[in-house]
Amino acid sequence: MLPRAENSLAGTTLRLLSCPVCGQTTRHDGARTLACPCCGTSLAVRKPDSLSRAWAWLVAATLCYIPANVLPIMETRTLFGRQDNTILSGVVYLWLDGSWPLALVVFIASILVPLLKILCLSFLMLSVHFRWRWAPLQRTRLYRLLEAVGPWSMLDIYVVALLVALVQWQSLAMIQAGPGALAFAAVVVLTMLSAHAFDPRLIWDAAEEDRA
Amino acid sequence: MTEPPMNDLPDARVSPRRRFHPSLVWLVPLVAALIGGWLVVSAALSRGPAITIAFDSGQGLEAGKTRIKFKDVDIGEVTSVTLSPDRRHILVEARLVREAAPYLVTDSRFWVVRPRISGGTVSGLDTLLSGSYIAMDVGHSTRSSDTFTGLTEAPIVSGDRPGRQFTLDAEDLGSLEVGSPVLFRRVPVGQVVGYRLTPDGRSVAVTVFVNQPYDRYVTGNSRFWHASGIDVSLDATGIKLATQSLVAATLGGVAFDTPDIDAQAPEAASDHLFVLARDHEQALRSGEADVKRILVRFSDSVRGLAVGAPVDFRGLVIGEVASIALDASTTIGRPQMLVGMQIYPGRLTAAAGGRPVAQRLDDAQVARAVAKGLRAQLRTASLLTGQLYVALDYFPDAAPAALTHVGGVALLPSMAGDTSELQHSLTRIARSIDRMQLDVLSADTRRTLHTLDGALHQADGLMSDVRGQGLPQLLNTLQALQQTLDSARQSLRPDAPLQQDLRDAARQVAAAAQSVRHLSDTLQRHPEALLRGKPGDAP
Repeated sequence: MLPRAENSLAGTTLRLLSCPVCGQTTRHDGARTLACPCCGTSLAVRKPDSLSRAWAWLVAATLCYIPANVLPIMETRTLFGRQDNTILSGVVYLWLDGSWPLALVVFIASILVPLLKILCLSFLMLSVHFRWRWAPLQRTRLYRLLEAVGPWSMLDIYVVALLVALVQWQSLAMIQAGPGALAFAAVVVLTMLSAHAFDPRLIWDAAEEDRA
Repeated sequence: MTEPPMNDLPDARVSPRRRFHPSLVWLVPLVAALIGGWLVVSAALSRGPAITIAFDSGQGLEAGKTRIKFKDVDIGEVTSVTLSPDRRHILVEARLVREAAPYLVTDSRFWVVRPRISGGTVSGLDTLLSGSYIAMDVGHSTRSSDTFTGLTEAPIVSGDRPGRQFTLDAEDLGSLEVGSPVLFRRVPVGQVVGYRLTPDGRSVAVTVFVNQPYDRYVTGNSRFWHASGIDVSLDATGIKLATQSLVAATLGGVAFDTPDIDAQAPEAASDHLFVLARDHEQALRSGEADVKRILVRFSDSVRGLAVGAPVDFRGLVIGEVASIALDASTTIGRPQMLVGMQIYPGRLTAAAGGRPVAQRLDDAQVARAVAKGLRAQLRTASLLTGQLYVALDYFPDAAPAALTHVGGVALLPSMAGDTSELQHSLTRIARSIDRMQLDVLSADTRRTLHTLDGALHQADGLMSDVRGQGLPQLLNTLQALQQTLDSARQSLRPDAPLQQDLRDAARQVAAAAQSVRHLSDTLQRHPEALLRGKPGDAP
């Protein structure tokens, strides 16, 4: 069954709140700082400053996205010389090497997904900011997708961490994580934080207000 | 399912405090921006100069991989390798670190380090594994530059190695090559770093580099010579084998020596031009400053005498022939050769094993020697090749002569050479042969032959007489002889009756002898038988 495109009995309109910890439903008067009378968990109608925080994380993530792609994420030192690999050079290497499925995976997981995440989050936040009422259901689905796909971008970091740990034969061959890896990890974490800070209920608020 | 009463729901508490100001979260992008900005700024600041190097070949050069090293320290990376528009070179663009900027002066040198084996040294073996890299050598110029022309080979001497460079003017390159050693008393003290033909093409300018502690032995007085190969000389003491080090013998080299090194002569200026002599002897010779020119007028042929032929004084080579010319002042019909010689008086003392020491030889001394009989003479050095040399020697019984001068140059009187003496003797022999009156001798011979002819004719007549008369008689005689011999043979045959009779006679004689023996035996045993008869037939 498809969810309905509008919620007739939203908690906001009924001035009711549910505690996420003990499940106690409480009544509220719209004050900004609330706490659960049962367990003392701080409650809010919507995540406080959701949009502002999400924007902050997103801006930080965007800033980190540049060094993540420009700086090398992996430094390989072997007997035959030193090589710095950025994400893109790795993709190019894999592609030229003939293993294009792997190249595709790395490209999607490490370049496309973070970029799309940033773009989609910006889109969602802009839509909330400008109180678009267009397709709230689709936007919610997009948000769910973003939340789900977020950790998978850590694949690259995982590979680098694995290689760094495994390939340590001193003078023969040595792999070190480059500064790009740090920036890339920051991008992933910051976009996750941004997605977490974003309150998807805001998507529906515009429609709600309209109805009210 | 019953709906819970809405009114029973508790009111949410209003919490008094706020945990933190929401705008504090904006510190995160701020920090990120700061870090990013710092990265950009530091990258921009540490971004070193970009240079372009032209190489002949791009072998082993790879954009993004090939490093640029100075003293084996990484100072940059090749960013692109492209062909030059005229397709003659490849252009390597490289980005160096910021600290390398002062090194980029007009005479800085770049070359690609590859494995290389030359002049008994092996270098660049590490590049077999790690791949080629571009090495740099910092120049001394003060003008900076960002375009360079790469060397095809690694320079032998890096720009900051202490020492000095000298240029040698050589007749030819010999077996020298870049990297050949420079030897001082057989100690390798430097290397040949380059050579080029002089613009006029007449000689080769060899550039050598002498390392720091040794370069002070190179003074303006120093002599350089080719130390290549092996010098074999044969003299009265046996065979002498003179070589420099084995490397120099096989690969060639330059040796130098500095006479009167104790004299504290000022060190030669860098890029001082020296002459590279063919060998040690020539090197020392060229340095003998006090050369005495002496002329000699010879009436002998100078065939076999060459410019450079030795001038010998009782076995010591004290100079060489410098010029040979027909004396224009001689009268027609009696040509004389004017031979110019260069005498190095220093050799007279050097012969004892010492170094050539400056020594003057003035005309007065020579004049005194001439008065005592000093003369020049052409002598044959080798009967096989007919080469001549000029010998100075004392001839006490020579016709008296005095030292004269031709155009200010001393003219030494000469003696007829041994060649011409030989010629004279040959002429004498020819003349005596000439005087032997061969025509008379031949007339006598002819007469004798006539007589002999007559005698032979007579012998011939005698022989024909013998054939006409004596021969049939001789044949008869021979036939008679044959008959006699035949009858003799008949009588001597084994079955001839004469033989048979003889045999019978012999047998009877033997029987007779036996009976005589019997008789004698009987008589010996029984002598009485002579009187009484045999005992058997006793009465």
